Amino acid sequence: MGPDDINFILATDCGSTTTKAILIARQGDEYRLQVRGEAPTTVEAPFEDVTIGVRNAIAEVEELAGRQLLNGEGQLIRPARNGQGVDVYLSTSSAGGGLQVAVVGLVRRMTAESAQRAALGAGAIVMEVLALDDGRRPHERIERLRRLRPDMILISGGVDGGEERRVVEMAELVAAAKPQPRLGSGFRLPVIYAGNVAARSRIAETLQDVTALTMVDNLRPTLEEENLGPARREIQEEFLRHVMSQAPGYSKLMSWADADIMPTPAAVGSIMQQIAAEQNINIVGVDIGGATTDVFSVFDGVFNRTVSANLGMSYSIANVVAETGLRNILRWVPGDVAAGDLQNRIRNKMIRPTTVPQWLEGLKLEQAIAREALRLAFAQHKQLATGLKGVQQERDIADAFRQTRAGEETLVDMMRLDLLVGSGGVLSHAPRRVQAAMMLIDGFAPEGVTQLAVDSIFMMPQLGVLAQVHPEAARQVFLRDCLVHLGTCIAPVGQGRPGSPCITVTFTDTGERLNVAAGELRRIELPEDSARELVIDPVRGYDVGAGRGRAVKTNVAGGVVGLIIDTRGRPLDLPEDVEEQRTAQVQWAKAVGLYPEV
Amino acid sequence: MAQAYSPGLTVTESTIIRKERRLPLPGQVKVSVGDVVAAQQVVAETALPGNVATVNVAHDLNVNTEEVPRLMLKSEGNAVQIQEPIAEYKAFWGIFHSVSRSPISGTIESISPVTGQVLIRGPAVPVELTAYVDGTVVEVLGDEGVVIECQGALLQGIIGIGGEAHGEVMIAVEHPAQPLTADRITEDCHDKLIVGGAQATLDALERAREVGAAGVVVGGIDAHILDELLGETLGVAITGDEDVGFTLIVTEGFGELSMAQRSFDLLTAHAGQQASLNGATQIRAGVIRPEVIISHPTAERIPPAPVRAELKIGSPVRLIRDPYFGVLGTVTALPEELQRIETEALVRVAQVRTEDGRELTIPRANIELIQQ
Repeated sequence: MGPDDINFILATDCGSTTTKAILIARQGDEYRLQVRGEAPTTVEAPFEDVTIGVRNAIAEVEELAGRQLLNGEGQLIRPARNGQGVDVYLSTSSAGGGLQVAVVGLVRRMTAESAQRAALGAGAIVMEVLALDDGRRPHERIERLRRLRPDMILISGGVDGGEERRVVEMAELVAAAKPQPRLGSGFRLPVIYAGNVAARSRIAETLQDVTALTMVDNLRPTLEEENLGPARREIQEEFLRHVMSQAPGYSKLMSWADADIMPTPAAVGSIMQQIAAEQNINIVGVDIGGATTDVFSVFDGVFNRTVSANLGMSYSIANVVAETGLRNILRWVPGDVAAGDLQNRIRNKMIRPTTVPQWLEGLKLEQAIAREALRLAFAQHKQLATGLKGVQQERDIADAFRQTRAGEETLVDMMRLDLLVGSGGVLSHAPRRVQAAMMLIDGFAPEGVTQLAVDSIFMMPQLGVLAQVHPEAARQVFLRDCLVHLGTCIAPVGQGRPGSPCITVTFTDTGERLNVAAGELRRIELPEDSARELVIDPVRGYDVGAGRGRAVKTNVAGGVVGLIIDTRGRPLDLPEDVEEQRTAQVQWAKAVGLYPEV
Repeated sequence: MAQAYSPGLTVTESTIIRKERRLPLPGQVKVSVGDVVAAQQVVAETALPGNVATVNVAHDLNVNTEEVPRLMLKSEGNAVQIQEPIAEYKAFWGIFHSVSRSPISGTIESISPVTGQVLIRGPAVPVELTAYVDGTVVEVLGDEGVVIECQGALLQGIIGIGGEAHGEVMIAVEHPAQPLTADRITEDCHDKLIVGGAQATLDALERAREVGAAGVVVGGIDAHILDELLGETLGVAITGDEDVGFTLIVTEGFGELSMAQRSFDLLTAHAGQQASLNGATQIRAGVIRPEVIISHPTAERIPPAPVRAELKIGSPVRLIRDPYFGVLGTVTALPEELQRIETEALVRVAQVRTEDGRELTIPRANIELIQQ
């Protein structure tokens, strides 16, 4: 079936707790989301068959769309005919804890880090990174590997033709650990070798009798080059071959799907890369869940993904507080919050994760915690999304003063970020959209001019897998139905005394001028699907993208929130004093209409 | 989303409980289907591979790695004792002499001419798996374990600390609203499962450890006290491996919360009887609840309670979110339409009349059904 023959597409995403199904239909020349249904995931006891949850989610889609998709035997009707069925069915999965990988490399900040990027980009959770310089003794590494029970191990190490002994040494440790796979006790653990090609025969001698060993191109063939594609593809193939086929009901699900089932985060990465490439923009995306927070970035075409395994809004909420401290949380809360019982309240959310804030104070507290979770997850992302370490580069005197070594600078340049997309309950279901916008602004501190959006129903996974078979349909639905455009944030880099001059914004169509002093937040209505041309003129010491004190002429996109001008400074400059913090937060909250007045 | 509320935890006088007991690696199952087993009886055993020590022989002998196999005094599979020479280098009639010794007793597992390393594996670590509950073997899982079935009382907590334990139920407070204080814990509590009321003080928990209690069950616990007891902040509710000296099970949540009357009554009814308990908790996909099980075979076999019970007008409920956390009441209405609450969120709600007569509108997500 060619792309032109595809009129109805059904896609599911099997998450740990919920299976979500979307139905996309061609209307004239364009593909649009028709309906969305969901049902609890049924991977675990007592059901132990993922397809039960998938059928339930499809049944909800059938009901909402008024279209029969399953026949009497519970099979999908394909192709679409007589007002029934679909032409294509696709799925992603993160059920059962997702894809869990242990990474083994030689040098923690070089080959091991490249391997970590490969695994994360393939949609995995990296359970552990073992390296020669990880500070552990050999028996401690063996003990750790034995206890982990990952879905697979990725071994990297050495540049092609380089020294072989050390990478074989790490392989010997893997063999000694006799690691067991998480699923399917009778199977050998998949191990992917993506290191020095010269060591392959010795690696095979060491590992082929005790593991299910495969070999791919070196992910770091030279110090100057990172080649993550082959390792990522092999991880996804092993995911299907070993992990998925062991998970309950997945063999059946794989036989239904018209394309390989993708790990959910890999699918999100795929759609983000496609959009970044087509529109020639830099994107940062975040999915803040109950247990984990995933951050994705595409800068100059380079894709990176990180997952912060214990930063989330319900199961992991107490860990966010443990990592950042209550003081850092409370600095975001406008007004007073009864601090006395706060720790107990936060822990009670952890153990009863499905509850929702009932009063305004509870909502403010959760959104303050979300800001810190986003900030911490993004800091981790920036640390991993870097250039290659260990590369010899010419350094000029300015580099020497910057005190950073080659490759240590993050690829994430907030001034060059075009689009920041958020998803996850706390952002997508915020009662006011401006709350989502402010959580993104405070958590990520965008610089210069940045467009903001939320993925209202987290459709990106399904669109990512759709992009593999019908990129045009995926693109159309992404732009028209997936994103809720919040608007644009203007945030000059620099700091100044509150009230001192900062920027002048001139709307070129009307000539209207707006002087915004340092330390303010302003919100200006700018409807969705509209754009205005502005000249943003910063005073000396502030930069909005063209250098300090230089004006920028740009088109800004509207949205349901509009234009937010943030002159609180970058780095974000919050008052130190607790009382002043509260007063400032109350002022800023009022300025943008963050919360209802009660 | 007609079921947008948390199903309550099981608190029942009699139910059929099945426990899968699985070894970490295949081994030997020591019982058969139909055998009646005691909680602390070993039902299966295995041997985990011993710890591994690595010896850099090339470095010890100051030779090239490829020379190592030739200089070994022991071969792969040979047993060695701690400090026993495993390789030796002699040159010039013994003038240059160096020896590499084994740091542990064990077996030579591998000798690598590539890295010059020798791996020595220590003796296997025996693992014995007990039945955990008094019951009957109903299934043998090949050479990996068994399934034990028992009939008895089951109380599930909301969060626990520490692993499996056994002890006689001992009630240490007079009513479920009374806090568990140190003065209520005596030497008699050794090996017992101490039942407290509203909340345990840090002194009480330290005293329980001192006297060697098997476990403590309380209604609530203050977050700071738990952190103090653990020596670290509990960030995620995945527990079971902690070693605080006893197993702790919290039935209601964090804060000063009375134990539910029904839970307290259940434990009181079994005072003096042996209980199996486990603090292991996983509040994520694959949910695991901490539990107390008291086996008591009866003639009547009552099937397990249904996984989900319906929320109806008249259902007794507990509110599980501030500002009403822990308040008990009865459902008086279940409006179909979504309603806007103080946060401006549109949610499905229930009307609840509290025990003190207040009429409250509560998001259904913040209600827990009390099973009867």
